[in-house]
Parts: sequence; C-alpha cells; structure tokens
Amino acid sequence: MEIDYAKAGLKVGLEIHQQLNTQEKLFCSCKPELFKEEPEITFLRRLRPTQSELGQVDPAAFFEFQKGIKIRYEANRATSCLVEMDEEPPHPLNMDALEVVLTAALMMNMQPIDEVHVMRKTVIDGSNTTGFQRTCIIASDGWIKVGEKIIPMQAASLEEDAARKTGTEDGGKTIRYRIDRLGIPLIEVATAPVIYSPMEAQEVAFAIGRILRDTGKVMRGLGTIRQDLNVSLPNGALIEIKGVQELELISKVVEYEVQRQLGLIQVKEELRSRGIKAEALTDEFVDVSEVFRQTKCKVIRKALDKKQSAMAVKLAGFTGLLKRELMPDFRVGTELSDRAKFWGRVGGVFHTDELPAYGVTAEEVEALRKTVGASEGDAVVFVADTEENILDALKAVVERAREALAGVPAETRTAKGDGTTRYMRPRPGAARMYPETDIPPTLITAELVERIRSNLPEPAEKKQARLMTQYDLNEKLANQLIDSEYGVLFEAIVKETGVAATTVAVFLTEALKSLRRDGVQVENVTDEQITEIFSGVGSGELVKEAVADVFVWLSKNDGKNLQDAVGALGLKMFSKAELAKLVDHVIAENRQSVDQMGKNAFGMLMGIVMKEVRGKADPGLVSALLRERLK
Amino acid sequence: MSKKAESSGYKGEALSALTKAGCQVGDVIRVTSKEKTYEGILIPRSETGDTEHVVVKLKSGYNVGVHVTPNVKIEKVGKGTKPSFASPPLPEQKPELPKAVILSTGGTIASRVDYRTGAVRSALSANDLYGVVPELSDVARVKTEIVFSIYSENLTQKHWSQLAQTVAEHINQGAEGVVIAHGTDTMAYTAAALSFALQNLPVPVILVGAQRSSDRPSSDAATNLIAAVQAATRGPFAEVGLAMHETPSDTAIVVNRGTKVRKCHTSRRDTFEPVNATPIARVENNEVIMLTDYYQKRDAAKKFVVKPEFSEAVALVKFHPGLDPAVIDWHVERGCNGILLEGSGLGHVSKYCFDAVSNAVKRGVVVALASQCIWGRVNMNVYDTGRDLLNLGVIPLEDMFPETALVKLMWVLGQTSDPEEAKKLLKTNIAGEFSPRTLPQEIGVKGDE
Repeated sequence: MEIDYAKAGLKVGLEIHQQLNTQEKLFCSCKPELFKEEPEITFLRRLRPTQSELGQVDPAAFFEFQKGIKIRYEANRATSCLVEMDEEPPHPLNMDALEVVLTAALMMNMQPIDEVHVMRKTVIDGSNTTGFQRTCIIASDGWIKVGEKIIPMQAASLEEDAARKTGTEDGGKTIRYRIDRLGIPLIEVATAPVIYSPMEAQEVAFAIGRILRDTGKVMRGLGTIRQDLNVSLPNGALIEIKGVQELELISKVVEYEVQRQLGLIQVKEELRSRGIKAEALTDEFVDVSEVFRQTKCKVIRKALDKKQSAMAVKLAGFTGLLKRELMPDFRVGTELSDRAKFWGRVGGVFHTDELPAYGVTAEEVEALRKTVGASEGDAVVFVADTEENILDALKAVVERAREALAGVPAETRTAKGDGTTRYMRPRPGAARMYPETDIPPTLITAELVERIRSNLPEPAEKKQARLMTQYDLNEKLANQLIDSEYGVLFEAIVKETGVAATTVAVFLTEALKSLRRDGVQVENVTDEQITEIFSGVGSGELVKEAVADVFVWLSKNDGKNLQDAVGALGLKMFSKAELAKLVDHVIAENRQSVDQMGKNAFGMLMGIVMKEVRGKADPGLVSALLRERLK
Repeated sequence: MSKKAESSGYKGEALSALTKAGCQVGDVIRVTSKEKTYEGILIPRSETGDTEHVVVKLKSGYNVGVHVTPNVKIEKVGKGTKPSFASPPLPEQKPELPKAVILSTGGTIASRVDYRTGAVRSALSANDLYGVVPELSDVARVKTEIVFSIYSENLTQKHWSQLAQTVAEHINQGAEGVVIAHGTDTMAYTAAALSFALQNLPVPVILVGAQRSSDRPSSDAATNLIAAVQAATRGPFAEVGLAMHETPSDTAIVVNRGTKVRKCHTSRRDTFEPVNATPIARVENNEVIMLTDYYQKRDAAKKFVVKPEFSEAVALVKFHPGLDPAVIDWHVERGCNGILLEGSGLGHVSKYCFDAVSNAVKRGVVVALASQCIWGRVNMNVYDTGRDLLNLGVIPLEDMFPETALVKLMWVLGQTSDPEEAKKLLKTNIAGEFSPRTLPQEIGVKGDE
C-alpha cells in the first residue's frame, strides 16, 4: 500500500534513551552492570497506587493492584545496594552523568536549566522498586540540523533506568524483575512532533544517535539504546510506541502504525455504515462450556478438563471485521485478543471470523452462535480459562470493540522485532510527576556550562575531515567510523598501539559489521579487550590476520584475556630463532630443488613455510630470513 | 497577596519579583530571560532553597528552577488551581466486624509531600489513612482519632501520658483493639512507655509505623497498618506490641513486645528487631500466628490499670572512654532524680567516674545501669569494676537495653519519689521487660537475608 504521508497528516516525535557510561549509578555507588548468575538476594513486594497531587490514580496500576499482583525482585551484591532495594533513600545526583547530558544538550543547541529538580514519575508495573522513576530535565529548547531541515529539540533529561523483567510465576500473578539495571543513568532526548515521514523519523534518530556517540560517554550494544516514538494521524490518535531497539526498524514501525490507524479508521466508518451503536455492545457474557463438551480443540479441552469454563460474548455487527488485517499477521481480532491478554491474563481469545479452525468445528460454531443469540452480522468472541480471568478478558474485549466505533484508541504500544506493535497498556494519566523530595535541587552554574561548552566534542563533519587528514583514511572509512560506536576508541587504539590506522579502522567498521552479521555477540568484547588485541599486534605478539579470530573467541569466553585467546587458538607466535630453525629445516628438506632453482626457489619455499606458520608469524620476517639463507 | 507568596516559601529576590508581577502559587506564569522562556504553574519553594530561583511546573510535568535576575521578566499568564489533596471517600463499616481504634500521632505512616520544606511531612489524618487503605473495612470497624500531629522526635513524657489516657478511654468504651500510628524514630520508646503505663490490658495495643512514606507506591505503611489492625483485633494476646516488616519483603509483619523492641537500622523496612526476646506474633496472609507461649492473654473482663505518670527528671549518661564525670555531677546539680548509666560490656563505667556515681547515690538519685552492647545481660559480679559499682549502690537492669531501661526509670520515678521504693519497682518485672533466659537464637543483629 503506497501511502502519501504528508496527505495523511502524519506527525512523529522521537524520544531517544541511551545508557550513560559512568563509573557509578545515578543515585548510588553501585556499578552500572548486569549480572547473569543466580540472584544472591530476592524479596517480594507489592506496589500500591497512590493518589497523585491531583487525586488521580493510574487505571492500569489500580487494576493490577486489585488483582493482587506481586513482584519478586532479584539482586546481587555487586550491582545493587539498599538504594535499589528501596531500603535506603537515594544519594545525591551523580554529577558525571549530569555533565554527559549537559554535553549532549549543548551539542543540540539547548538551553540548560538553572536549577535541576528531580521528579518522581509514577511507574507501577514493578519495574521500579519505589513505584516511580526518578527523572529530571537538564536542558530544553534546542535544535539539530538533519539534512537541510532544522529539527527542534524539546528537552534533554537525565533519568534512572528501570529493573528488567526476567519472568513470571504463579500464572502471571507474580512478576520477576532483576534490579541490576535499575539506577543506571539514562539520557532522554525528545524532539518536537515535526517529523512527517517514516524515513525522516529514522534519519533524525540516526542523527541524534551520532551526537550521543560523539560525547564518548554512552554505552553501546543491544539494550543500551531505546527509541520511543509518538505517532499521530489527524483522524487517528496519538500512539506512544515504546522500546524500538534497532534504528533500522524505526521507519518500518512508523509505516505499520500508519497502516494500523488507517485500517482502524476504515473499520470505524464501516461500523457506522452498518449502523452499530455503543449501546449494542454489552457486557452480556454467556457460559458456552456445554457447546464444547466434546470438543477436539486442545486449548478449550485443556481448560474444561481443569474444571475451568468457556464463556462468550456477542459483538453486534462485527462479523467480517475481526479478520481485517491491520499490519502483517495482525488483525482487528488481534487488537481484542491483546486487550484480553493484558486485562484478563488469558492466553488469547477465539472469534467467529477465524472459525471453524484450531479443532473447533462448524457445528460447534453454529451451536455457539445459537447459545449467545448471534445473528448473521454479529461476531462472537469466547475464552476458556478461570472465571475471574474470563470476566476480565471479555470485559476488555467489549471495551475495545466499543472503542472501534470511535476509531483509534490512544494507548501505549510496544514494538516487536518485526516492526509491528502490540498493546502494552493504556496511556498513563497526565498527573504522574511529583517532586523527589529526598534529593535537594542541583544548580547548573554558569561556570559549569562554560567549562563544558568550551570542551565540547568536535561535531561529526569536522571530525570526519580531521580523521581523513590526520590518519590518512578515505572518506568512506572516516564516515563509517563516525557512524560506528567505535569512533572514540579508534583514535585511542591508534595512539596507544601504533598499529596502522587503516588496519584499525577497517576492523572496527567493516570487519565488526560482518562479524555481527555472522551472529557474533560483538558487544561482549570490551574496549579494553579490543585495545589489548591491537597492542598485541603492535608489539608483534599477534599478526593482524588473527585479530578477528581472537575477537570472536573473546566474545564467546567471558572474563578471558588476549593471552588466553592466543593459547586456546594456538596462535602463539614463532620466535625469530624458531622461525630460523624452521626455515633451515625446510631448505634442508628441499635441498635438491634449492640447488636446482637457486634464488628462484624462494616462492616455493615461502609457500611451504607460510603454510606451516600462517597466523603465527609475520610474513615479512619469514621472507627476510628465507632470502638471507638463500644468498 | 504578598502574605500568600511568603507562606509559599519564597524569600528575597524571588519573592519581590513574584510580588511585583502579582503571581501566586498555582498561577500559570511565564518567565523570560535573554536566552529562554519557561511557562507553567508556579510551585511553592522549599524553605531551605535559596532566594534566587522560582520553581515552575512545566506542561510536561517537570519542575524547573529559574534564576531570577533583574533582566528576567515574570508575567502572570493565567490563574491556576492550587495544589491540594482531596480525601478519598471512606469505605462502609461492616457491623459484624470487631471494633478497632486507630490513633494518629504523625510520622511517616501518615505523610504527604510538603512543599514548605521540600520534604515529606505528616499530613494525613487517621481518617485519610482509613480512606487510603480501604482493605481495613474488611478487617474491622475502625474509629480514628488524631491525638497529635508531630514528628516522633518531638514527643516527650507528657505525650506518653496523654496517649496512655486516650488509649485507656477507647478501651473503656469497648474498643477490641487499639492501633497507634507513630513515627518510627522514637516508636520503641513510646511502646515501652505504654507497656509500663497500661497494665493488665484486656486487649492488644499495637504501635505501627512506616519506613517508606505513604505517598509512594512502595510504601510499607498500608501493609503494616492492615497487619497491625488484624493483630489488634484478632490476636489472642493483650499487650503493647509493635508491628513492622519482618524482612525487606512485604509478606510478613512481625509483632514485637513493647519493652523488647528497638529500631536498629536507619532506613530498612525491617528496622525493628526483638532484643533478648522472641517476637509475640507474625501476621502473614491475613493470619495472626503466635510465635511464643509467653504472653498475657486477651480477656475483656480483665481489671485494667492505668498509671500514666512519667518523671521528667531522669537522665541517660552513656559511658565512653574519656567521659567527663562532671556530666554526672551536672545532672545531680540540676535536680535529677534518676540516672541511667549506659555502661560498657557486662556493665561497667570507669573508676574515675566512681566519685560522681557515689555522690549521686548519696544525694538520693536512683542510679541504674544497662549495657550499651544492647544484646545480652548485664552481670556486674564478674569484674572488680562491676562489683565496685554494685557496692556504690548502682542497680543492674538485667537484659533490658538502655532505651527501655531509661523509659522504665522515668515511669518508676513518676510513680514514687522514694528512692528505696523506686529501686524495688525498678527490679520488678512489670511488662515483660526482663526475660529470665536468653536463648542463643536471640543473640545478635540480623545479617543479610
């Protein structure tokens, strides 16, 4: 489907979050690292929705609380202290983190705030032990240039990252979160909603990412950067899409969201032309367990065997609409099903637009329709589960069906790896922010701003030109370096190890890109390890041909160093003496040929020796030794 | 107008600029300087903040402080609503449930954000608490009363007396359990004081607090409060207890004896530890589980005695290397009737304090001793120093830790002015403050879970 986005009135705003590479977390002295081992400490909590200053309670939060949702937190001593456990008040704001945000903000031409006030943003899904995320605005009202267009930047904020979900227990009633990530400083940068096409959204995100990398103080790798999109259409709604992890996916996510909204608008119009009113969609749930007493459908069978039941609801006038595709592999029925999963904790719903199928027979569908009194134009939705879950699920289904009459419901969605999005939760109420009184306001003095302004990292264009002249790189390589996450590391390695700039640049750009494509976990190898590898090349312990092999080995072997890799891969270099011995041996073995060919035997001998020592000896040295012996 | 601006915490340059512009807290204002413009709601200023910034809540919800200089222009753009807190509706009372009373004294269990100091302040009434924790309506018919509204560090002996009398009134009116919401800092002192003042209780009296303020979703206030009301109305015991988290988890609330419990951590939820004792009960999954056989039984027919007098002429002197004995003399000169020495180890103070101690005893001051080790029992027969102190007339207070011992001394001297009678009373076990046996599992501070 070719869409004219300008005509459709698309508006996109971006919020980019990236973890900062500081020594400590934002509000305590724990290391900003994750752990993979079993947790040393666990504790169980409940979060209770509190009234905001305006007396409003987040509906999703209140619902979860009513359902008795518990959270089991996992921690270890290296990455969490009492602050993350919400057993101790936060320490003062990490000033290093503030300086990184200020740096990025000044690069985006923003105005620093005079006095920073940390706020509590209510987040009650368990991802924050406190029930709120601490966040503060550091600067506002800037701009960046993307191509020829000026993109206004609304604000740069500093906030704490959240705990990460590691699973659920007890049929979804207990959610597990690991608090290692909680408190890692994040920069959040938000643009105004002035982006008008999917591709432009991606380009702007790319440009912002480049500036953040230029600070040299942001983390890299999967999970360290997260893009949220605010997508709106004039007759649709403002949809908040959370957690797009890959830059390349942004344009697709926007494209799909526009398709989804246009599709929902069509559904609205069709419902209107069918004369369906909200009153026709009622919470009349009918027990249909009897219909499926003999069913071959495994899902329903399993539920009924557990003495659970099956209940159905009629959606007046919806027949044929539920199978309408809104995004690839995503139909109007999926919208209903997602709501049922969220509010009713069920695995999904069945609806008559997709039946007979899944072992449900035409006879059963007929009986089902009859039991709920559905006429030809009506769709029927049903669920098999516990009664509590069914009631919550079907209520949510009817609610969503009513919303279809109005078009696109405003909600928060989460991005999937294929670019489609799924329902995440309702849009939180406006009154989510209140002051974090445990942290005194922090001044951003004119002196601090001046110091940072006079030490800003060079902007990308300037840096590219400098890399080309200073390191004799071609334009393409210089460009790739700037766009990679390794621009800063490149210069450090060249300076420290003396390895040829082109060798380092090619490895950090093209080689890493292809390794990543081959599935190598590139982010597992630290800057220190990469530097160590090139130090090895510089000192002659390693040939440059072996760099990739060592890198791959290190990516698979946590906590090991260059020596371990060299040992494990059998890359120990031949010493000059050993090489000399080998050369002598090869000459002796091929005495006859050498005598016949004289100096012309070089090529052949070189081939034999190198076959033996490839990756473990510098070819230059072999050739020198060979020539000397052949004289 | 300017009066209102003053009460909003603004002073100096910021106050005069706001006054000049005719802006009040809650108004929508625009602040413009050379480089930037902020528009939003004028927020009160913390009193500890400087005089040069005004705080604006932006449309995004963020607060920012804007530096006020002569070049900065402040305008009022519109009238806004004042930040305020509306009480939620109270849940319905169920006639079949027991009658409980929740008394409020202030503190973290009942607090809201305070713009005045920029900190958390006690502000919710006991009534608010009930509305905010609607689950209570499934536990008891709750009556609430605000006795005080002060931080627990501002409570004195007078407040203990008043509180004891208020509790007694409610019990006499038929309360089947009393819960006292209290700041945690001095909650254990109050628990001990009430333990001595309320004797032969017919029903439980449970103190409860919170280590995380009730304005945050992770607050322990509600969980503790619900469990406290459950323990007060359903517990088979009739003593003064203190109910708080048992671990950092929200799963179990433990009730400790008022005379044997101490705040042992500045910030953790499980800050209250039983000292030289077993907890009385645990509340878990809405069940009250008894943890000991050693307790006073609930019995509505009991003859309840109230002895709410506490002396104010009692001092605590902590021994430390280099303590100036003149401190003891000073207390005696000031007319102190009782001194609690917080001795080292098994119960010692240095020889250079002996003259001062001896002088105090001769002047009719009751001098008693508890150990600063907190855990364990005083034994003054082991070393010379201990025996010498006994000979000087110092009363050893067994396995009472210093805070309970101090409160007991205040209470004893509130009952009698005769030193000999006071000493006798001091050595009598009134409210489980002495335990005859110290068991190995009760020694020491809890480590990490």
